[in-house]
Amino acid sequence: MQIDALKNERLALWKKNLSSFWSIYSQNTMGLIGLVILIFFTLMAIFGPLLVSITTMSVDGVTQVMHPPTSGFWLGTDDLGKDILAGVIIGSRVSLLVGVAATAISMIIGTVIGIVSGFYGRAVDALLMRITDVFLVIPWLPLMLVMAALLGPSLGNIIFVIGITSWAGTARIIRSQTLSIKERPYVERARAIGSEDSHIMFYHILPNVFPLIFANTVLVAAIAILSETTLSFLGMGDPTRVTWGVMLHFAFSMGAVSHVAWWWLLPPGICVVLVVLSFTFIGYALDEVLNPKLRRRDQ
Amino acid sequence: MRGYLFQKIMQAGLTILIVVALNFFLFRIMPGDPIRVLIRNPKISADALERVREQFGLNEGRLVQFWIYLRDLFSGELGSSFNYRQPVIDVIMERVPATIMLVGTATVLSIIFGVLLGVILAWKRGTRLDIVGLSISLILYSMPTFWVAIIMVMIFAVYWQIFPLGGMGMPGVFYTSLWAELASKVGYLFLPTVTFALILVGEYVLIMRSSLLEVMREDYMLTARAKGVSNRDLLRKHALPNAMLPVVTLIAINLGFIVGGAIQIETVFSWPGLGRLMYTALTNRDYPVLQGLFLFVTIAVIVANFCADILYRYLDPRVKS
Repeated sequence: MQIDALKNERLALWKKNLSSFWSIYSQNTMGLIGLVILIFFTLMAIFGPLLVSITTMSVDGVTQVMHPPTSGFWLGTDDLGKDILAGVIIGSRVSLLVGVAATAISMIIGTVIGIVSGFYGRAVDALLMRITDVFLVIPWLPLMLVMAALLGPSLGNIIFVIGITSWAGTARIIRSQTLSIKERPYVERARAIGSEDSHIMFYHILPNVFPLIFANTVLVAAIAILSETTLSFLGMGDPTRVTWGVMLHFAFSMGAVSHVAWWWLLPPGICVVLVVLSFTFIGYALDEVLNPKLRRRDQ
Repeated sequence: MRGYLFQKIMQAGLTILIVVALNFFLFRIMPGDPIRVLIRNPKISADALERVREQFGLNEGRLVQFWIYLRDLFSGELGSSFNYRQPVIDVIMERVPATIMLVGTATVLSIIFGVLLGVILAWKRGTRLDIVGLSISLILYSMPTFWVAIIMVMIFAVYWQIFPLGGMGMPGVFYTSLWAELASKVGYLFLPTVTFALILVGEYVLIMRSSLLEVMREDYMLTARAKGVSNRDLLRKHALPNAMLPVVTLIAINLGFIVGGAIQIETVFSWPGLGRLMYTALTNRDYPVLQGLFLFVTIAVIVANFCADILYRYLDPRVKS
């Protein structure tokens, strides 16, 4: 009975927090635009590949390569006469999937290292933060390129490489928040009744750093999407999978630039920019919701 | 100050040591031994394989290998390139000036314009100009670097043919005067530099704007205004010196990002610098060059970061004590 009541109370609290969060967030034009773009591309990634297939454009049995847009092929064709619009739609799925998976890996590593480092302090903290600093200072693209080249081109490797190189910023932020949370009375109370370290970290500290994780995820996701595009463009992607980066790689190496084949070069890039921009917009909006100091006083 | 300097030097030194070790283990342990990686290179002969085996001491234990790696490192050669048949350090040094020219010009341009635009946007906060400027900065910041470069080449070098496609000059061309040579060089430098600056400028605008807005909210700004300081002096003498500090930090944080940008821009524009060297080493699977270059670039960034730290402390009297 009592547990049920507690559950209901917690649920009500969640609901209240969520609705107050939304009432601030929904006033932010940038945040709303970002959310709409992101939902659009998510739907495209889920349903797009089911609805379209890549066809080849041919006239009288002759394949039409690098053909400008027509009424049947809205974004023209590539060097093999294949439909670019269909490629862009199908490419959205793997592009976003790589971004989401790499972000998840990065957030898990960053959060665990940040919490453990901040919670235990001393030698553990010194060691983990030194490693974090090394990852912060190493230029990210060369590190990712070297790792990707050594592991070989595959989707899994790309995800792993992006995830393992982009967690350092998150770890720093989570650590500093953990340092302040672990001094709070309820953590001391939990320790006094004999809670284990892992219990305290998981049930008392993690929920309280969650807003930070949430805000940071958005920024890491933007970096992950950009990284996938760049790695694939530089030839580290899986050439058998269509992603926006792989499309740009082939466009560049097959001479789309000298053909001024803008219908091939622009669309995949614009998709990347829109997705990254949507994450950036959402990040800005979250910053304003979570950090009241940034809210404008005259509004 | 001396204690601080000592601590910073120790920190940078330790980071370099970790990177040196990481560089060895990354290439040695990740997918197996270098031979397995080399086999993926179709151009390599059985002879060359045996030579590499010898050179890296692959028939010995891992500790011996690490020792050979360190010895190569301190002899300063960084091994020898598969592709260029030269010591790696020579291959790298040949390409340093081109990269410094490109990166240096672009960084200076982007800081000047970024700070100027950031000040204007902060001063005009909330107006239409501010919103437009903010959106453009965010969009620039969200673009893949190589993609912007490709679009610039397509428009200005292929379609309008105002600038050369890439490279750093025609081979075998003799110039009648120093001016003609300089003019030609500038022609080649212009498009990659502007592209690079365009990529970098967004972030400087954003940080300058928010930093200035923060400073303008400080109490001492109100005091200065109450004393009757003119708008111009308020900005120049009271706000800007403090608001500039985050820009210095950003230059340091950005170094890694700049290296990444150089790889992409030099690849698209065929600019004969370190970035393009990295790309060709990747496509040719020239691992000695890749390993040496990775170490070289990382240490350069660590040293530059260290300098920025010291500079920051010198500029900001508040962190001195």
